[in-house]
Amino acid sequence: MSEKEKLMVVEDLQVSYGSIEAVKRISFDVYKGEVVTILGANGAGKTTTLRTISGLLKAKSGSIRYKELELTSIPAHDIVGLGISQAPEGRRVFGTLTVEENLKLGAYSKKTINTATLSWIYELFPRLKERNKQLAGTLSGGEQQMLAIGRALMSEPEMLLLDEPSLGLAPVLVKTIFETIKQIKHSGVTVLLVEQNAKAALKLADRGYVLEVGKIVAQGTSKELLESPDIQEAYLGKKK
Amino acid sequence: MDIFLQQLVNGLTIGSIYALVALGYTMVYGVLKLINFAHGDLVALSAYIGLVIMMQLIGVVSSKAVIIIAVFIFTAIIISIFGVLLERMAYRPLRKAPRLSAVVSALGASLLIENGIMLIWGPMPKIFPASIVPNINWNVGGVYISLMQLLVLVISLILMIILYFFVNQTKLGAAMRASAIDQDAARLMGINVDKIIVTTFIIGSSLGSVGGLFIGMYYRGIYFNMGWIYGLNAFVAAIIGGIGNIPGAMLGGMLLGVFNAFISGYLSSSWALALTYVLLIVIMIFRPTGILGERVAEKV
Repeated sequence: MSEKEKLMVVEDLQVSYGSIEAVKRISFDVYKGEVVTILGANGAGKTTTLRTISGLLKAKSGSIRYKELELTSIPAHDIVGLGISQAPEGRRVFGTLTVEENLKLGAYSKKTINTATLSWIYELFPRLKERNKQLAGTLSGGEQQMLAIGRALMSEPEMLLLDEPSLGLAPVLVKTIFETIKQIKHSGVTVLLVEQNAKAALKLADRGYVLEVGKIVAQGTSKELLESPDIQEAYLGKKK
Repeated sequence: MDIFLQQLVNGLTIGSIYALVALGYTMVYGVLKLINFAHGDLVALSAYIGLVIMMQLIGVVSSKAVIIIAVFIFTAIIISIFGVLLERMAYRPLRKAPRLSAVVSALGASLLIENGIMLIWGPMPKIFPASIVPNINWNVGGVYISLMQLLVLVISLILMIILYFFVNQTKLGAAMRASAIDQDAARLMGINVDKIIVTTFIIGSSLGSVGGLFIGMYYRGIYFNMGWIYGLNAFVAAIIGGIGNIPGAMLGGMLLGVFNAFISGYLSSSWALALTYVLLIVIMIFRPTGILGERVAEKV
């Protein structure tokens, strides 16, 4: 691992909503080309962490270093241009805009829209191509998730943040989405994946961190985590 | 039939003015979910500022067309600056405050501008010079249409078409629509939402300034508190069309103008305002989101 380049280093990150501390001094790192997953239950601070990386929330203290840059002092709208894009929790597609308009907005930080990227996304998600003139709000939940991921890819990110892509989807769709994430990884994009679906996430990821009420309680390679009795009991539904 | 057509022409003229003003309400509502109550007063202010510029230019510039064009451009620039200052000082500091605080701030800004106009120009009405637009009338099959009416109709239509294409066909327009739907998601696309909000105020104020100048040039008499009544009518137009919806504001403005003109033509102009609210109530009962304000069901 140490020979690889560290893409992002998060150190002692602390985020609070008023007096409520949502993320309590967490540290983790992401190497170039990896899929890293952050696991945890509702309210563990996973979404807060991603929103802080993207600049939507301000860190109370600590640092997020991306390459040579300190992200905590950069406004949200400039972070996409640095190569970090996010498919947020709950999809957040622009419902009254068409699928294609949504995708094009994904490339807002670019001067021009790269048609090769657009056709690659249509290749990853043929459903989006079929429905490119349809309003995003009329898509099914799974299709909206595809659109959210596709939209995030339009900025040609080096690092993709995915916030619970499997949330609320039928198992067969979850499988499709995770297959696609694998393809995205193979194309060279580093992925930081936040999930409640620990089993699916660990199968895909290289490494994982487990977050519990704002603190990292376990970390390791996916294999280590899958084999850990604590993780098995708490997140994989196996008895000790 | 003659009354019908004549009132239709008159109604479309005033309706165009309502539509231009209504666009300012609806666009700001779209991105901020705030009724900018000071918008009507910016419209009134633009008539006063336009009149000042016009009086300065008359006598210096001989071409009336040049005077009119200059008045429109300079007034739009000045009112845009006022609009941007309004956003910066009255609304931006309250962006994260409860909705009611911003509404109170809007009402305060409205009173400030209205009374500012009175302090500077006095409480008596001001009169726009006659014949700045030549008093030409055409008789088209018994219906009279003046050059001024034609100008109002054509310029409003052109501005609305430009706005429609800007919002629907350009990158900035798409960013504006995205910011209206979900500001955080828009930020994740790299959209600087603050800049979009400022742009919205510039466009809304410019269109409002054109509306205010039309009021001055068409009716000629302007008074310091006219922003209230024109603003209210335009606001009702925006609601009838579906607040937040740009074609809705255009349609609502036209509809309200024609409705008012028919009431004035067939009943009495003193009924116009009362029946405007009857119309509003009826539309709200049958279509609470306004005529075009239909929301696409969003799946969760």
